[in-house]
Amino acid sequence: MELLVLLLVPLFAAAVLGFVGDRKFAPEINILGSAATFIAGLGLALKVYDGGPMLAGGKFFFVDAFNVYLAVLTSFVSMTTAIFSRRYMRREREHGRVGHWGMRFYHAMFQLFIFAMLLCLLTNNVGVLWIAMELATLSTVLLVSLYRTPTAIEAAWKYFILCGVGIAQALFGTVLLYFAAEKVLGEGGEALLWTNLRQVSGSLEPTVLSLAFVFLMVGYGTKVGLVPLHNWLPDAHSEGPTPISAVLSGLLLNVALYALVRCKVLVDGSTGTHHAGDIMMGFGLLSILVAAFSLLRQKDIKRMFSYSSIEHMGIATFAFGLGSPLATYGGLLHMLVHSLAKSSIFFTVGHASQMHRTQDMDKIKGLIKGSPLVGWGLMFGVMAIIGMPPFGVFTSEFLILTATIKDAPFLTPFLLLGLGVAFAALLRRVQPMVFGDAPSYQKVLKVAHLPVLLHMAMVLAIGIYLPDFLSQWFHKAVELMK
Amino acid sequence: MNLYPFVTEILQFLVLLGVAPAFAGWVKMLKCWAQGRSTPGLLQPYRDILKLFSKDIVLAENASWIFRFTPYLVFGSTLLAGGIIPILSTDLPLAATADVIVLVGLFAIARFFTALAGMDIGTAFGGMGSSREMTIASLAEPAMLMAIFTMSLANKSTSLSQMVQVIYSGQTVLRPSIAFALLAFVLIALAETGRIPVDNPATHLELTMIHEAMILEYSGRHLALIEWASMMKLFLFFTLGIAAFFPWGIAASGDLYAVCAAFFFMALKLGIEAVVLVLIETGLAKMRLFRLTEFLGSAFLLATLGMLSYFILE
Amino acid sequence: MTIQVAAQIIGFLAALVLLTAFGMLVQRRMTGLIHLFTWQGLFLSISTAVVGFVAGKHHLYISSLLTLALKVILLPYILHVLVRRLRIQREIETIVNVPLTMLIGIALVIFSYHLTAPVRELSTLVTRSVLAIALATVMIGLLMMITRRHAVTQIIGFLAMENGLFFAATSATYGMPLVVELGVALDILIAAFIFGIFFFHIHTTFDSLDVEQMAKLKEED
Repeated sequence: MELLVLLLVPLFAAAVLGFVGDRKFAPEINILGSAATFIAGLGLALKVYDGGPMLAGGKFFFVDAFNVYLAVLTSFVSMTTAIFSRRYMRREREHGRVGHWGMRFYHAMFQLFIFAMLLCLLTNNVGVLWIAMELATLSTVLLVSLYRTPTAIEAAWKYFILCGVGIAQALFGTVLLYFAAEKVLGEGGEALLWTNLRQVSGSLEPTVLSLAFVFLMVGYGTKVGLVPLHNWLPDAHSEGPTPISAVLSGLLLNVALYALVRCKVLVDGSTGTHHAGDIMMGFGLLSILVAAFSLLRQKDIKRMFSYSSIEHMGIATFAFGLGSPLATYGGLLHMLVHSLAKSSIFFTVGHASQMHRTQDMDKIKGLIKGSPLVGWGLMFGVMAIIGMPPFGVFTSEFLILTATIKDAPFLTPFLLLGLGVAFAALLRRVQPMVFGDAPSYQKVLKVAHLPVLLHMAMVLAIGIYLPDFLSQWFHKAVELMK
Repeated sequence: MNLYPFVTEILQFLVLLGVAPAFAGWVKMLKCWAQGRSTPGLLQPYRDILKLFSKDIVLAENASWIFRFTPYLVFGSTLLAGGIIPILSTDLPLAATADVIVLVGLFAIARFFTALAGMDIGTAFGGMGSSREMTIASLAEPAMLMAIFTMSLANKSTSLSQMVQVIYSGQTVLRPSIAFALLAFVLIALAETGRIPVDNPATHLELTMIHEAMILEYSGRHLALIEWASMMKLFLFFTLGIAAFFPWGIAASGDLYAVCAAFFFMALKLGIEAVVLVLIETGLAKMRLFRLTEFLGSAFLLATLGMLSYFILE
Repeated sequence: MTIQVAAQIIGFLAALVLLTAFGMLVQRRMTGLIHLFTWQGLFLSISTAVVGFVAGKHHLYISSLLTLALKVILLPYILHVLVRRLRIQREIETIVNVPLTMLIGIALVIFSYHLTAPVRELSTLVTRSVLAIALATVMIGLLMMITRRHAVTQIIGFLAMENGLFFAATSATYGMPLVVELGVALDILIAAFIFGIFFFHIHTTFDSLDVEQMAKLKEED
């Protein structure tokens, strides 16, 4: 029941907003739709928390602790982003950066994007997972180029091409997976169901699955933004409207990583070796280092935080690659806190760029003087994201570091190097932006308070005291990933 | 009644010598018809050769022995090549000693000496023709060899007579490797025999001639031999194509009736092939010299694809 | 139709698909490219139908019809309309010259042959040897996307890649389950509409479809 609501509400809202997206009450509909989705998600989560993993829709949907947690996160962040988007897009519309059709399109695609992500998370069919992932990409491509500037079109084009190519590789991997599954499970839709594959993973042919994993890694890894397949990410995340940057950075990357981890579990069961995990660790570490060093060279604020997303996704991938329960726990926690912190940062960054009419960091100054919420929000957001205690990111990074020292001690210096460089780079950049006097061209505007406050409060709370039910939730998810 | 293999061989030489000019004349006639001109007649090449034989030779003062020797060499090697390709019958004594790679080698000798002769006197046209010819050769030879390797892989032998016999005995229906090799061979044949779109055989314009440039200085019986040899080369490439891809009709033994029937089938197939050639020639324009790399590259590509598809698909 | 004959036909069609892939790699004219793409889709569709016939899998007929409708009729039509509207005539020069591209293409064919060896040994299908060709088509599509500078050519390379993937699905297995096939077709259709819109945006903003102009977003030092 909740599942149906969860999936149908965004779809319905997308259809409605396609028609009324430019009216005065369109953002409110957007928020309402997202709120309904969130409540449905919570309901589903409670059901699974009490009752354990469940199959629905005739084995088409599978809900366990791992994906319901991500589903709740997705619907929550999309709700807060919808709240933020209300004020933000209204201003963009007033400034004339978006037209009538643009607003309708934006709102409709926003909801469609949520639908695609939720479908991707909740489906049991590995083929449908791919379809939903592609749908999620396609629904955001034209949103990235919404402003129709040359750079926006370039970013959207790169996004389209690179992600399209990557995802095509993932399809080939899925085909190979189906090929291996067919031998054991027979033909037809049954062979693509993750639950079935999990059960028989021991008898799936290891050579084929290793080959399949390489393709899946390249494919879904492109969507996660792992180096060297990351070229589209800084452009796409910096050129679109800020709410889209927030959901892309905060949510889509998580969903892609989820898909990757699901496949990894299958491959591990089949090959019995640690190859898949090693590959993930390699890519993750590379992403951390390259992104951290790239952070030093950035001039555009959203671009800088996109590289930060790459780095954090690298950390999460690395953690899942390690595979030990502690590392997996850390990875799950990291996905949560990164989502919250990064989207909060993008909210403040969006308002900051609107206040100064530019995304160039050299021109943004004195945020605290101009708007305390934006300034302090950005400051605390950055402190959170670089892993300073008492914020939640510190907890997850600490856990992952501990796990690394335990299982792969010789990799710890690299991890520390990446984290350290990112720490310094981001802090160095954010200080001149928040402190100091406000320049003359800064405009003060009405800011969306709730999302930023809510997110930062949650990140702080998780850092100080991880609620018991959350901890239990993670433990359950870790169990399922053995 | 069975002919001695030796006799079959001689018969094949005679056919080659006698029919090649007629074939060239037939091609010329078709071309004229296609272009709406009146034809010079089927026997015109014979008349040309006879006329040239009765003329004097004019030699440049600084012509070396290569210049005088080349026409005989070219004629001889082309004639010898005719002894290897099964035109009438597969029962050829020379086929046992020489296979398709030797065939390529024979054509290569002829081309090499022609190029040398072109440069021998030291005129600008000759040198230009030789360098262009060598460019084409360096690209066409690998393609030709690759196509031939594909054929050999498919038919498990490099001797043409054996290939024909394998095709007769097997039930090869649709083999992608042979299809690719056929396409590659068509392109290479156009390049080697110097037809449009590679080289215009009727031109004497400086910008466009390749083969003609090399033989520009020849006269008298030298020129007669070279012209005859190029007609034989055209004839041989087409019969090579027939033997490799459409060999049905070639006598498998030395039986007289089979050999006569083979002659008839050969004439029929050559007639049809000439039509195809003329369609290609009138349909396409001559390519720029620098586009030839792509053309021959495509030929090489097709041949390699044929070889790969043999391994992958068969 | 016996298995042997069917295998030969499918092998022949696979060779034709590969030939069209190479043809697209070296083709310079836009309409020629679209025609080659259409032919590729046609060969694919026929091959799927033959596999469906000889293996008795009726859902492959639906796949074949879907491919026919989408890749032989609808997509080429969209592309032709786009080419006419945007008045594209010739191609802009490639980044790597044509003979080198062909050589790289051949290397990719050999590479994919080696890569799919484990699958080939395990498969019991009549089409098992075709998987290498399918992967080669995917890679050649990728090569086309990398070495061409025109936006429409990049998209055609992308579509050729999808063709190869579809071919892989029908050669490694007897086609993916129908729901997945439908979903993939839907995705391609949406992608087609999106890139159609895209071309107009690019054209109006940059006044040409040369992709090299869209290389401004870089790190500044």
